[in-house]
Amino acid sequence: MALASDMPKAGFRPSMLLYDTRYRSLTIQVVVLMLFMAGVAWLVDNTVRNLAALGKDFNYGFLWQRSGYDISQRLIEYSSDSTHGRAMLVGLLNTFLVSAIGCVVATVIGVIAGVLRLSKSWIVARLMTLYVEVFRNIPLLMWILLFYAVVTEAMPPPNAFRGDDAASSMILFDSVAITNRYTAVPDLLFSRSLGSLELGYVSLNINLVLLIAAVVGGVLANRALLRRATRIQEATGARPTTWWQSLALLFGPTLGVLAGLGFHLGYPELKGFNFVGGINVSNSLMTLAAALAIYTGAFIAEFVRAGILSVSQGQTEAAYALGLRPGRTMSLVILPQALRVIIPPMISTYLNITKNSSLAIAVGYLDLRGTLGGITLNQTGRELEAMLLMMLIYLAISLAISAVMNVYNASVKLKER
Amino acid sequence: MPNTAIDRKIDRSQMQVSDEIAIEITGMNKWFGTFHVLRDIDLVVQRGERIVIAGPSGSGKSTLIRCINRLEEHQTGRIVVDGTELTSDLKNIDKVRSEVGMVFQHFNLFPHLTILENCTLAPIWVRKTPKKEAEAIAMQYLEKVRIPEQAHKFPGQLSGGQQQRVAIARSLCMRPRIMLFDEPTSALDPEMIKEVLDTMIELAQEGMTMLVVTHEMGFAQAVANRVIFMDQGQIVEQNEPREFFNNPKSERTKLFLSQILGH
Amino acid sequence: MNTRPGAGQPYVRDQMLAEKAPPILAAGPLKWARENLFAGPVNSALTVLGVLVVLWGVQAAYPWLRHSVWTASSLGECRAIIAASWGEGASGACWAIINERWTQFIYGFYPSHLYWRPVLALGLLFFALAPLLFGETVRIRMAVLGVVTLLLVAALVQLGTGSGLSDLALLVALVAALWVMWKTPSRMLWFAVLYPFLAFWLMWGGSIWLPLVALAGLGVGWLALRATLGFGGLVAIVAAIVAPLIWWLFVAGHVFAWLDASLPVAIEAVRSDKFGGFVLSLTIGISGIAMSLPLGILLALGRRSDMFLVKTLSVGFIEFIRGVPLIALLFTASLLLNYFLPPGTNFDIILRVVIMVTLFAAAYIAEVVRGGLAALPRGQFEAADALGMDYWQAQRLIVLPQALKISIPGIVSTFIGLFKDTTLVVFVGLLDPLKGITDAVRAAPDWKGVYWEPYLFVGAIFFIFNFSMSRYSMYLERKLKTDHS
Repeated sequence: MALASDMPKAGFRPSMLLYDTRYRSLTIQVVVLMLFMAGVAWLVDNTVRNLAALGKDFNYGFLWQRSGYDISQRLIEYSSDSTHGRAMLVGLLNTFLVSAIGCVVATVIGVIAGVLRLSKSWIVARLMTLYVEVFRNIPLLMWILLFYAVVTEAMPPPNAFRGDDAASSMILFDSVAITNRYTAVPDLLFSRSLGSLELGYVSLNINLVLLIAAVVGGVLANRALLRRATRIQEATGARPTTWWQSLALLFGPTLGVLAGLGFHLGYPELKGFNFVGGINVSNSLMTLAAALAIYTGAFIAEFVRAGILSVSQGQTEAAYALGLRPGRTMSLVILPQALRVIIPPMISTYLNITKNSSLAIAVGYLDLRGTLGGITLNQTGRELEAMLLMMLIYLAISLAISAVMNVYNASVKLKER
Repeated sequence: MPNTAIDRKIDRSQMQVSDEIAIEITGMNKWFGTFHVLRDIDLVVQRGERIVIAGPSGSGKSTLIRCINRLEEHQTGRIVVDGTELTSDLKNIDKVRSEVGMVFQHFNLFPHLTILENCTLAPIWVRKTPKKEAEAIAMQYLEKVRIPEQAHKFPGQLSGGQQQRVAIARSLCMRPRIMLFDEPTSALDPEMIKEVLDTMIELAQEGMTMLVVTHEMGFAQAVANRVIFMDQGQIVEQNEPREFFNNPKSERTKLFLSQILGH
Repeated sequence: MNTRPGAGQPYVRDQMLAEKAPPILAAGPLKWARENLFAGPVNSALTVLGVLVVLWGVQAAYPWLRHSVWTASSLGECRAIIAASWGEGASGACWAIINERWTQFIYGFYPSHLYWRPVLALGLLFFALAPLLFGETVRIRMAVLGVVTLLLVAALVQLGTGSGLSDLALLVALVAALWVMWKTPSRMLWFAVLYPFLAFWLMWGGSIWLPLVALAGLGVGWLALRATLGFGGLVAIVAAIVAPLIWWLFVAGHVFAWLDASLPVAIEAVRSDKFGGFVLSLTIGISGIAMSLPLGILLALGRRSDMFLVKTLSVGFIEFIRGVPLIALLFTASLLLNYFLPPGTNFDIILRVVIMVTLFAAAYIAEVVRGGLAALPRGQFEAADALGMDYWQAQRLIVLPQALKISIPGIVSTFIGLFKDTTLVVFVGLLDPLKGITDAVRAAPDWKGVYWEPYLFVGAIFFIFNFSMSRYSMYLERKLKTDHS
């Protein structure tokens, strides 16, 4: 009793590779894989042949060789006797330094500008719009070059600050001197310093560790205070006023540590041809950080504005109709929703600041690209190795930042059907 | 006659209008820029009244009820709610808003909070109710609107009708004495309109003072004690429902009724 | 029946109230001032602060701008004139440098008697883009093109092509193009395909056979597509890609050599190292974006694909490009490309930079197009499937046209970013308008030390360009929103 509806069992035919949906995607992937591997093989083959023709080989030994050049702006110990590897580390730390300063200042500027752009005051809103549009539409390089040119060409040399009848004077109560080579700012000194701890490769400044501990401790204590306040509110309905306690907790320990260590400012003074006693921040670092911060601040301002506008008016109306005051409405209803929209592009912007810091070459600031991808590369002739390593490091930084963003997005995702 | 199926028996024992005046509006005018949106409004609402406000779009009906809880500001005239006059004095505004609840066309639930948190937010932060007590009140009203099991879900996980019922519960948690409804069913799919109207009818049966802007004439016929027709920013006609629907006096009212009852 | 509508009593209005004017403080300039300048204590303070900032800015910049010198032959002379006219110690702007050297900022070192060629290429770009960007109404399109034609004619009159005959021929061709655009706009799509080759020939010059032979490759591809259509979509696509590749890599060189020898037709050639200024920036920017579009679309499709390998390769490529600074990629172009290509190949630095910029832009375009594809309602894909289309047909006819339309604002914004980034090519030795040309100008002893004026000039041009593009893209975005909802 053969059933008429039996499907004939088809044998496997080669044309099924293309037309049968079961095999089609497999075929395509195999073909793509083969093409990709062929492409990679071709590139590698060319590289090997080119290297051979030039008499070079591919190794990273140069990282342990003596570098032979100086880096004036640095965060860790370094001299021309240090290795290229250490130079790369100095450059990497410089990249982090200028990026961190840029990120922090850009966020502050951007949040203020974004909020002010929504202000009811017509003049302030227009001024912020002017700022945002002017800075966003002009290349970052121009701002960097302009700031740097203004500081190096229009500012006086250190000599001009000499004497009773000096041509230029210091600002901020005689504590800061802007010259055409560097900006002299007060140094942070401890008269009862606890010194440093040597740990082999790096040395740990104990004062810094204590300060960080005080700050972190203050933040944690503040969180505990706020949690206690919430518990009291949940139990009795009345929330205790905590603002002065918060202030005390956040600033008290830090101020205490500073006082205990005998913190004071070391004012820069002109001795000989230069300022001593303070920190001489190189103009290249300052102008690069300032340009990055103000340029990126314009983009962040737009994200902040878009985020706040993305929360529909109805949310505010519902909150007001329930009797919530504008302050509470902002903190309980608007901001949580706005932050979900603001933070992901802000994190991308932090990545952009890190990448844009490579424009340091325009002002002679030695960041990662300047050391590893610049002087080291030129001196050792190891173009391939240096470039690949540099790109890998940037890639690692960017993947780390993207991972942070993904974690944030996943944790605040609004649940929907 | 309107055809919405409000066929259950309405318990009218509590739906009594007292002499106490809940809302009094005298000579109120409002402009949006130079557009005269509300013209010379006079209205007295007594406690226990259920008023349906109808009219073509752009007639100012939503603006009128939004003036009552100061979501919109009026320029001339007086609005007195529960004995408190609405001025720019923030204390007065706060007092009025805690007595008056509002339900919006687009629900406006807070998407980042659970249903329960939506309902307890205002009692905790405005009335300073302890959390456990606020949650108990919220569950009580959520049961009243028949969705207590959704308390720990988020608004995005609920249907439109469920969201609107949560919105009603959320307003009720502040124990208002007056409820304003701004086209509560206009954004709902047809099969969900009934569940929201049923909730509103139950509210009316308990004696709540209600002002409802709506096109649901079946609801008006079932529970309203007064229907107000507005056009071009002014009150054109008002009457009790039976007279209003069977014997409209003004030409404009007749035109409007023929348009909305025709289909 | 006419008592006021108090409680419960029936009421009907006998006369409708007319509109009245709002009270003084409720509308008009006083109200505007109250709401927009002094809405509360914080706002009033902010307004005062804002006014102070504006005043400070004006008093800092105005004197410098007022004391402007437009004709001088060196910075020293400028300063002397300023001191003579407005006193010692006065500061003033020396716009004379711009007056003298503005052609360098725009054209770089391009031969001055050939300026008409880049100008014509830019003008024709509008003709090529018209169906895509201004396609909504005939009126807008014709208005834009009319203005472009007028400007082109004025420029050509000013610059001249060197011979009256070719001037006339150009004029006729432009008017003809306008007429075709008005009558049968669909024909102009052919022009959009021709344009890249025409523009290349105009900018770099040389034999006309080179662009024609390259263009023939597209024809070969199209023929291959038609011939293999019967074998199914995938085979046809593969043939359409492989056939032109074979032509370009192996056959084209010989055909070109033969044609050039037997029938030489050429215009004056211009070497790449003469390119500079905005001509260079626009060339790199426009070719980068144009070539990155097909690649970006492929990457976006690949990223959305269900096939694991294709998806991984696409994601890998996109994340790599976006994780690395553009400067690193430019250095790769100038230093490393020589390692990755067969020994002995060495080609134009501009071409290498354009390749890198294309890869860079493709990664960003891929993300924009991915957003556009995601914004397309699922129903579109399902409708295409239900109609029996295969993957490539569905993409070509239904999905991509709509997704690209939604993506246009994002594409314009990527282009603005790219255009700003072209200033980075100075670090690989090309003369971008910002640092490259300014350094070249400052190298002359006459102008050593000037910095405000050239930076402001270049910055202003960038601002005008980018601001207009971003406003246009916002206008497009608004229109797309109203189209869809």
